[in-house]
Amino acid sequence: MSAVEYEPVIGLEIHVQLKTKTKMFCGCELSFGDPPNVHTCPRCLGLPGSLPLPNARAIHYGLLIGMALECELAPRSIFHRKNYFYPDLPKGYQISQYDEPLCGPGRLGDVRIHRVHLEEDAAKLVHVGASGRIHASDASVVDFNRGGTPLAEIVTEPDIRSAEHAREWLTLLRTTLRQLGVSDVNMEEGSLRCDANISIRPKGQTEFGTKTELKNMNSFRFIERGIKAEIARQEELLRNGEAVVQETLHFDPRTEAITSLRSKEEAHDYRYFPEPDLVPVTITADMLAGAKAELPELPAARQERFEALGLQADTARQLAWRSELGDYFEAALGANGDSGSPQVVANLVCNDLVARIGDADPATSKAEPGAIAALAGLVERKAVTPGNARVVLDKLVADGGDPAEIIEAEGLGAMGDGDELDGIVEAALAANADAAEKIRGGNMKAIGPIIGHVMRETKGRADGGEVTRIVREKLGL
Amino acid sequence: MSRPTDLTAVEAAAAVRAGELSAAELFDAYRERAAADDLNAYTWVADAAPSEAPAADAPLAGVPVAVKDLFCTEGIPSQAGSRYLEGYCPPYTSTAVQRLLDAGAPVLGKTNQDEFAMGSSNENSGYGPVLNPWDHTRVPGGSSGGSAAAVAGGSAPWALGTDTGGSIRQPAALTGIVGLKPTYGSISRYGMIAFASSLDQAGPLTRTVADAALMLRHLQGADSRDMTSVGLRDEVVLPTAERLDGIRLGVPEELLGEGIEPGVRAAFEQSLALAEELGATVETTHLPHAPHALSAYYILAPAECSSNLARFDGVRYGARVDADTLTDMYTRTRHDGFGPEVKRRIMLGTYALSSGYYDAYYGKAQRVRTKIAEDFRAAFERFDFIVTPTSPNVAFELGSKTDDPLSMYLNDFCTVPMSLAGIPAISIPNGLADGLPTGLQLAAPAFGENKLLEAAHALEAALGFERLDQKTVAA
Repeated sequence: MSAVEYEPVIGLEIHVQLKTKTKMFCGCELSFGDPPNVHTCPRCLGLPGSLPLPNARAIHYGLLIGMALECELAPRSIFHRKNYFYPDLPKGYQISQYDEPLCGPGRLGDVRIHRVHLEEDAAKLVHVGASGRIHASDASVVDFNRGGTPLAEIVTEPDIRSAEHAREWLTLLRTTLRQLGVSDVNMEEGSLRCDANISIRPKGQTEFGTKTELKNMNSFRFIERGIKAEIARQEELLRNGEAVVQETLHFDPRTEAITSLRSKEEAHDYRYFPEPDLVPVTITADMLAGAKAELPELPAARQERFEALGLQADTARQLAWRSELGDYFEAALGANGDSGSPQVVANLVCNDLVARIGDADPATSKAEPGAIAALAGLVERKAVTPGNARVVLDKLVADGGDPAEIIEAEGLGAMGDGDELDGIVEAALAANADAAEKIRGGNMKAIGPIIGHVMRETKGRADGGEVTRIVREKLGL
Repeated sequence: MSRPTDLTAVEAAAAVRAGELSAAELFDAYRERAAADDLNAYTWVADAAPSEAPAADAPLAGVPVAVKDLFCTEGIPSQAGSRYLEGYCPPYTSTAVQRLLDAGAPVLGKTNQDEFAMGSSNENSGYGPVLNPWDHTRVPGGSSGGSAAAVAGGSAPWALGTDTGGSIRQPAALTGIVGLKPTYGSISRYGMIAFASSLDQAGPLTRTVADAALMLRHLQGADSRDMTSVGLRDEVVLPTAERLDGIRLGVPEELLGEGIEPGVRAAFEQSLALAEELGATVETTHLPHAPHALSAYYILAPAECSSNLARFDGVRYGARVDADTLTDMYTRTRHDGFGPEVKRRIMLGTYALSSGYYDAYYGKAQRVRTKIAEDFRAAFERFDFIVTPTSPNVAFELGSKTDDPLSMYLNDFCTVPMSLAGIPAISIPNGLADGLPTGLQLAAPAFGENKLLEAAHALEAALGFERLDQKTVAA
């Protein structure tokens, strides 16, 4: 019997904390890291008699998100109460949206958006003692500073087909939200949170399998690992003839263990009904125009613009999706002086610079965008070899400075054509007679030691291509 | 000159402003009475008159007001008739009370009520029943029973109450005073401990229609702290009308069925005859969906209350009963903190909102509500006011209906339709039946308060009802 091949089907639910000045339904300031319970009032503490007031800025941000995700925008939007008991929920219900969300169907990249709605965040529970988790803690205390923070919940259609795909798409979403300026989108601080609905089905089958909901993935790495682990778990169940049970799961990134939080039977009945303390929000033409006027260039459009500059699609996408790289790239292109062609500048940024600074924002690096542009120009004019350009880049990242001056000071300038290089190659062939023989026999891979010799002699100033050309010429190839 | 406590609120305010009476003297006279109250009408009484005299131009001129306990008053117990909130002092004051304070009316005391405003007899209070000043073996009505008893018994010149399905009008009727439920949204709900948000409406309980107008003038107005508040369109005018010429009164057949006690019906019919003498026309009309109002109300109000009362979970304030697990803490806290009627309605509402039942109950009740509002709109095309008895019965004996929630709910048969429609309605004293007060209810189109008050004033004058506090003077 041939093994069945399974296809994962993944949908994401993303909670985004909006970067408004005040909370969703009261005037308390939003903050991160202040002493507990200093940003509270009768409304966000759910004191008897208090009433909610919707934050106009949060609705504006919701519209911006809806427009960026090409959503259908409702002319009227209603808040509902989602009822359940928990100590982090002071009113015993969360004000959320149900059947009339702010934003309807849309799309971002290759994933369709189901809806986007607004709601209020719960407060933060702090478990005192033991591990910091609820189990075996001595007590749990509540910090209401976070309670009532505006949230946009973005729900995708089940269009994602792998863990890598999920991570990649989330990167695009994060960049889009960052460009909009509506959120800090920081997973570690909880301003971007992601749950995944995961099922698998035999390849070719159109019906969906039973899905599970994976919660608590607080970094892009954990999301990818968590989804992978859950796909593997479901595959093993099916291969052993067992069934996937619909339940909510927790992924522990330390142990990679997946544990059940609650089954379908234990699922809450939230008893949604229209929030009687609020009147429906009418989305006016003015509100729409205001949001439209504030829409920045979004990653998809930026990628297209970069491609039009002559960049390869992959490079354009990398720059557009990691907006800080794109910003740096554009700053380099805009710098005065002899910058190289866009593709050469982009290669330096996307490959060489990223290899040195990792996930850090290049704007915080000592290497000025103008210096990168100048270096690209020098490479393109063959004033420095690609190898020595990397040495210059090391110096730029470490100390900053001007590439031409570094080349001058360190003697890293490329050698011109001519007899000097000819003689050095001649000597290298003589010193590596074995290798020369192998090359003559057709094994071009044996050229390594000869190039190495030349580079040592020239301190890397020789052009590798030129060396190869001279070697072939001298060996009569 | 008569005693300060003999004056209506309008008269007392005028006397203080004219310098004939000091605000402190007025306050102390009522404070003394409130402190000596034997009706259990108060859950808190002020220690002393305010240290500062009201501003010379303060329109309410220091006339003290008794406030239903569910209005939040900063630093003063606000328990909403519930043991769960025993001793709870809010950190802020409700908009309605603040507006009265700003107009120069200090708080005399907080009045007893059915727990979270759920009840029609005030027997559901966690602080004991209130007695009807006309007959101490009978209920004063509810849920604003303490406010009604305080005004009728003469221990307060006037009182603030709330009405969700009749909670101002019915106790006003049963104690022989005036009770006004204004248009939904005319008075801010901010700081009113909620029962059913889409129905709750503050309003005055007073000795006279003019007093009701005066208090409404200072209560009403849009409030930026309550998104559902809109205020009234016109300033409230003190009524002076003595005639009803050209006024068309509609008597809805659906609300005058067998449930009306004969004595109440007789008093009602006498009032209709009197209205005709004053120049009004009286005709039978129809509110076809009104008989379903009570059923719809007992879905919608419990549904909202089941959610509104979820915050009383023992976590942040109120009477927590400790337990080993969170669920046990919730269960025991709410088991001990709430009375049986509150629990009954939370269960009804929770059921009505449950997945799979929502459309059959909540959705259908909302559709009935829309139909009832349409019935009234149609009726108001032909009539200026809809008139009914306020309550189908006079004050009943304590304990006589506590084991029969349905017969208790029927007390609100005539008042609930107006609540569902969000329209203003007033109850004025309508003569006695078997020696006990009955009430006449007039309902008007939304925002029609001024016309409603004028008509009620003309009828009030013609009826010439002798209030209990006036009888006490004579005695």
